[in-house]
This record gives sequence, C-alpha cells and structure tokens, in this order.
Amino acid sequence: MNYRGPLRVRIDEKPMPEILHPQDAIVRVTRSCICGSDLHLYNGSVPDTRPGMTFGHEFTGVVEQLGGEVEKLKVGDHVLVPFNIACGKCVFCQQELYGNCHESNPEATAVGGIFGYSHTAGGYNGGQAEYVRVPYADVGPTVIPAGMDLDDAVLLTDVVPTGYQAAEMGGIQPGDTVVVFGAGPVGIMAARCAWLFGAGRVIVIDRVEYRLEFAKNYCPCEVYNFEELEDVVLFCKRTTDWMGADVVIDAVGAEAAGNAMQTMLGRKLLMQGGSATALHWAINGVKKGGIVSIVGVYGPIDTLIPIGNVVNKGLTIRANQASVKRLLPRLIEHVQSGVLNPKALITHRVPLEYVSDAYRIFSAKLDNCIKPVLLPPSVRS
Amino acid sequence: MEKRLIDPAQVKGWGVDANPKNDPTYPMKTRNNGEHAGYTWKRPTQQPITVEVLHSNERPNVTSVFGTSTPPAGLSGVLRRFAFKYSESSYGHWLPLMAADRIGVVEGVLHDFTRGRIPNVFAEHGWNAEWKHNRASLIGRTAVRVVLISAAVAYLARRWED
Repeated sequence: MNYRGPLRVRIDEKPMPEILHPQDAIVRVTRSCICGSDLHLYNGSVPDTRPGMTFGHEFTGVVEQLGGEVEKLKVGDHVLVPFNIACGKCVFCQQELYGNCHESNPEATAVGGIFGYSHTAGGYNGGQAEYVRVPYADVGPTVIPAGMDLDDAVLLTDVVPTGYQAAEMGGIQPGDTVVVFGAGPVGIMAARCAWLFGAGRVIVIDRVEYRLEFAKNYCPCEVYNFEELEDVVLFCKRTTDWMGADVVIDAVGAEAAGNAMQTMLGRKLLMQGGSATALHWAINGVKKGGIVSIVGVYGPIDTLIPIGNVVNKGLTIRANQASVKRLLPRLIEHVQSGVLNPKALITHRVPLEYVSDAYRIFSAKLDNCIKPVLLPPSVRS
Repeated sequence: MEKRLIDPAQVKGWGVDANPKNDPTYPMKTRNNGEHAGYTWKRPTQQPITVEVLHSNERPNVTSVFGTSTPPAGLSGVLRRFAFKYSESSYGHWLPLMAADRIGVVEGVLHDFTRGRIPNVFAEHGWNAEWKHNRASLIGRTAVRVVLISAAVAYLARRWED
C-alpha cells in the first residue's frame, strides 16, 4: 500500500523490509485491518504524513527473520502485533505505558511510535503490506494462542484494547450510565466493555443507522441517532433525570460530524486538530464530577473545546493511546472464554490489491461496512 | 536533572495528605516514579542512522529505533527541516509540516511522471467501489464538479478575451 496524497492510496511494489536493528523482526502479514484512525491519515489531516508511506497498525503475521538480540520469538511464530512500538525499557514502558514509549519515535515526544502512522508517530511503514519490519520484537509481538481465530487475533492489536481501555479509563462504577459517542468498531467495543466494568446503562450515539443497529444488537445497548435528537446534550441530561451521564466516552475523534463550525474549522480548513464535536458533547453531557474518557484521535494542534465547563463541573478527563501489551493477557482470556467476540465486527474481507476500494468503502461508510480486513496474496493461495 | 529551587520537604505541611492509592493514573500506569531519576535508563542498542532522521527538539537525541520510510527530500524536505527547528507546541512546527505534506503530493506526481507513470487517480480514489456501491451519488457529485469547473473556465476565458 502506498499513500499518494489525501484520499489517494494504491498498491505498489516496494523493497523487501530489512532487519535494521538487532531487536527487529520481519513479519509476513496474514491479516491487516484498516482502522478508523487510518482515515485521519487518508484524509490528509495528520501533519507529516509523507506520500510514499505504507499505513497499517493492526496486523498479524508469521515471523520470517529475526535480529540478533531477539530471544522470545522464533522464525515461524504466528504473532499479533500491538499497534504501539515499545522498547520495554524506558521509564514509561516500565510503568506499562506502552503507548508512550520514549525510545520509538524521534519525531515527536507527545506520542510513542506507531506502525504506519505518519512521521509524527515515528515514520514506520505499516502492515497493509505483504511484509513489515517490527522493531522491539521481544516486547510487543505476542504469539497467537493455539485455536484462536486470526480475525479475533488481528482485532486484539488495537480495536479491542482501545475499546476496553476507553471503558477502563471511565472508572465505571456499578450502576453507572455510560454514553459512548461513535458507533465505529472502537465505540462499539467500548460500549461492549462498559458492561464488563459494571455499567448500569450503556447508550451509543452516532448518526449512521446501520452502525447503530449493529451496536444495538452486538453490545447490546441503547442507541440514538443524533440527527434525530434536537439537542444531544439536552438528551443526555433528560435521559439521566437531569444529572448528566456518569461517564462519557469519545470514540469519534477528529472526523466528527454534527456541528458546522467544528466541521469547517477541523475537517475542511484543518485550522484545528480535528472536529471536536463529540468531545464538546461529552464535556457538556457528563454529570458534574463525572469522567470523560477520550480514545478518539485528534491532531497535535489546538482544538476548540469548552474547557471552562471542565473546570466548573469538576470533570476528570482521561485519555491515552491504548496500552495493548498491558491489556492483552486479560483480553485474550475474554476472547477465549467467549466473553468478547471481536471477529463479529469484521464485515469486509478485501484482497490487499484492492486497498484503494477498501479505503473508499470504509471512509464513505458504503455497503454497511463496520470493519474491513485486508488479505495479502500469501493467505489466499 | 535540574536542581529544584525549593525543597518541598521544607514546605510546611508538604505531603500530609498524600495518599498513594488515590492515583488518577490507575489502572493505566504502574507507578514507580522512575521519571524522578530523569533520562537515566539503560537505552536499547541504537539503530544505525543511515537515513536522514528529523528529531523533535523536545528530546536530546534520536530514539533507539525509528522508521526509515520516506526520508525528507526535495522542497517538502526543506520545509520539514525548517519545521523541526520549532517545538511541538509551536505552529512554526506543524504548519510547515502540513504545507510540506501538500507539496509532497505534487512531488509524488512529478516522481511518477519521471518514471514514465501516469497515476490513475480515479483508481487511487477508490472510484470502483463508489461506482459499485454509491453510483448515484458519484454521478451527482461528478456532474456538479464538471458544471462548476466548466463555468469557471468559461468565466475566466471570457475575462481573458476582454
């Protein structure tokens, strides 16, 4: 996959990745997803996204080569690769903040390295390819447990841990009302996981009907189309006996619709780090003293949000890139025990060669797409 | 580590209500306060720097590993080098990078041309999928664009003649 500019991607032949560091592995990709956050790159809204780059931070693959310092993996292992590139040694990794590694991204200190996510996240080519270089192979990559479906495994690299951590950061207490903005794969998983923490009520708000219908059945949860609500914040107050939700999760991020000014400034003119409509609603729709959990991705520049209300309502805002490695043991248990069923999110299996069409289908929400997975030629023969 | 100007231990009442269990970072973080020691951990082996790597001026070095995709080059590369003179909290950093990204698109097209390749922008945009799943909208949007561009061209041509 080769990014050529906003809304333009194609398939190209590229040189085979090489071992560049003694802790590298070369992995032959067996599954690779397009993530909702890839659409920020695809739309050209993440600074330092250079044409020629290969996207893709959700992938599984078979280890083909190993650097001299790798001890835990062997050639032939089938691994799922967390989207975070983490050294395991820095002070942040040592505290299990694997999404905030200080030894994987030279270009920015505000985010750790991420596969295929612009030079703002380290300049690594990603997994929407046949082969990919995986740094720190002893830290992130995890051998896929025997019997686990590859479609489940690939979603454990980002979607499941991000959704789970969104709920976890909400500090959900038994009986809490949790509102999730966004019925994309992460929002759906966040809503599903909110129950695991004891939520008393889970509400998902979006405007895409087929996704709301999916969420209603999958989570299960209450769903509302914000285009049919007169005022989203007023709805949050009314439906909670005028208190506001205990916890609100922003699983939308920079591409939010619903507010013309935010859309113009954040998505069309790129004058702020995204359209913060969902975050605006979250801050105003949560109760006083409530918690707003943010996993939606925003750009690095300033973004308009009602920060005064955060102060006046005494809110706690919690946010981070998911710490995939920290969460994997528990989430693998959940998948193996059937508590979570990630693969049900996958609606489209697309040959890698048709990556341009896959991006268009996912970004324009065509053909009732929830989650597309790309299949390289080697797994189709 | 920069020496503190005030010794907290000398401040009256310091720490009397400290409660380690009341940690808003839980459960994301297993607190060990390693940050207090500063940048002192044993760093992983340094990846050989064989391509130009721009590093944030908010850190003292290039990280132990880094991506080697698309090193800075051309006019966009000049802008990117300029951008990295400024910190991540500055528009002087991000705006030149956004400009460089757009210039990079043009450079990419020129690069294709120099290799004898004309990019198929319709395929790159995924119009096959649009045609299959969203045909009416695609036709409508295309028609609007054609009308607008034609009107603009006609208007400019008339002004040129005048």
